[in-house]
Amino acid sequence: MKALLLQFLHSLRQSFQDLLPIIFVIGFFQVVVLKQGVPQFGEMIAGGLMVLVGLSLFVQGLQMALFPLGEDMAYSFVKKGNLWLLLLFAFTLGFGTTVAEPALIAIADEAASIAATGGVIADADQARESYASGLRLVVALAVGFALLVGVIRILKGWPVQYLIIGGYMCVVIMTAFAPEEIIGIAYDSGGVTTSTVTVPLVAALGIGLANSIRGRDALIDGFGLIAFASLTPMIFVMAYGMFF
Amino acid sequence: MDAIIHFGGTVIGLLGDVLPIAVILIGFQVLVLRRPIHDPARVFFGLLFVLMGLALFLEGLELALFPLGRVMAEQLTSPAFILGPDAEAIVEFAWSDYFWVYIFAAAIGFATTVAEPALIAVAIKANQVSGGTITVTGLRFAVAVGVAFGVALGTFRIVTGTPLHWYIIAGYVIVIFQTSMAPKAIIPLAYDSGGVTTSTVTVPLVAALGLGLAETIPGRSPLLDGFGLIAFASLFPMISVMAYAQISEWRTRRLRDALANLEDST
Repeated sequence: MKALLLQFLHSLRQSFQDLLPIIFVIGFFQVVVLKQGVPQFGEMIAGGLMVLVGLSLFVQGLQMALFPLGEDMAYSFVKKGNLWLLLLFAFTLGFGTTVAEPALIAIADEAASIAATGGVIADADQARESYASGLRLVVALAVGFALLVGVIRILKGWPVQYLIIGGYMCVVIMTAFAPEEIIGIAYDSGGVTTSTVTVPLVAALGIGLANSIRGRDALIDGFGLIAFASLTPMIFVMAYGMFF
Repeated sequence: MDAIIHFGGTVIGLLGDVLPIAVILIGFQVLVLRRPIHDPARVFFGLLFVLMGLALFLEGLELALFPLGRVMAEQLTSPAFILGPDAEAIVEFAWSDYFWVYIFAAAIGFATTVAEPALIAVAIKANQVSGGTITVTGLRFAVAVGVAFGVALGTFRIVTGTPLHWYIIAGYVIVIFQTSMAPKAIIPLAYDSGGVTTSTVTVPLVAALGLGLAETIPGRSPLLDGFGLIAFASLFPMISVMAYAQISEWRTRRLRDALANLEDST
């Protein structure tokens, strides 16, 4: 108990250091550049404390649950030796965590209104809604596919750069043909898919897999899953824009 | 009272994030792998910590920093700040009028990235896996420099109205070129750091800046030009992380050569 508390105090101090830059930047621009006072001082302090405690709790929870869970799953799958189950798990994890992601829902709605004003789809609620949910489905499929391919890559020990650079070439070529309205959204959708809860889990899964397979290096083979999950949505969304 | 209800809303929103993960994990672990969960109490409290921690974190940001950051983005891009107090709207401008916007973009990109929880998670893992060669602070610093440069360049693009894909494609060319030169072990991590930079802290502030710019500059549409900043913030960390590895490798090699020379001469 005491050790846990000490650890928490330590991570509290660490979190404070993490937040210092934001406080400094906002303070500097507010006082020096915009020449204004700091409003609502009490709320700033209360909010700052909440952020500190929250960040420390999160890091603690990572070490207790998300990291061990991801690595345990990887070991269990390798021990079980059933490739199809592992691939099914990878796809489900990618699809399931993305389809309900709040940031993605926001982007999909925005994309639908762009498409409606641009005359790509009819400017009606129903058309917008079906466009937005179609887009969400496409991005979720893309992330599921990404984890699937990423896991196969770890098992086979393929170098990550061939696949990623091949994917980027695909993005570049498709940019030339995709409708202009979709390009910005497609590029951004790559960034929003990987949420704060998914990232640690997926990283732990990749490292666990690389660790439990002989001949794989945790650093070289274990990382890379997140990169796939940020790349494939761009390709899938542009394809969606070209064909729908 | 309102604060408690609002906090409850944040918790419910995050549950939507955590629940699918918990269901998938437990479903596979218990039904498919048929293995009991190791130390379930610890896992339960860990997940609870993640959930409550993120809720407090987001709520605190919403209370203290986000409103101020958004107002700041609006003020810095407003005609009154750019062209002086008498200006009503921006008709004619030079890209250099937006000097403070670029500085703000870089500073806020750097600062929010350092506090990004997902990046902290990846940095902790990278540190463990590399046996301490990659330091948690070093990696986060490298990523933050990349985001700072990316967001600043992204605001420059919105101001000048040059096409997004020119920058992105040029960035990819640099990534490909660096990939062939950088130490092999850093490449997957560098690619991953592109994806983790843009989440809870960075996106809301950076998006506000992009929208503020696209709304006030004539000829820019918030819908078309407001997007794209996040793409910049995901691209440049790859470049900066590989550069970080290249620089540290180059320094180690130079040090080793210097030592070898010293031994030869004695």
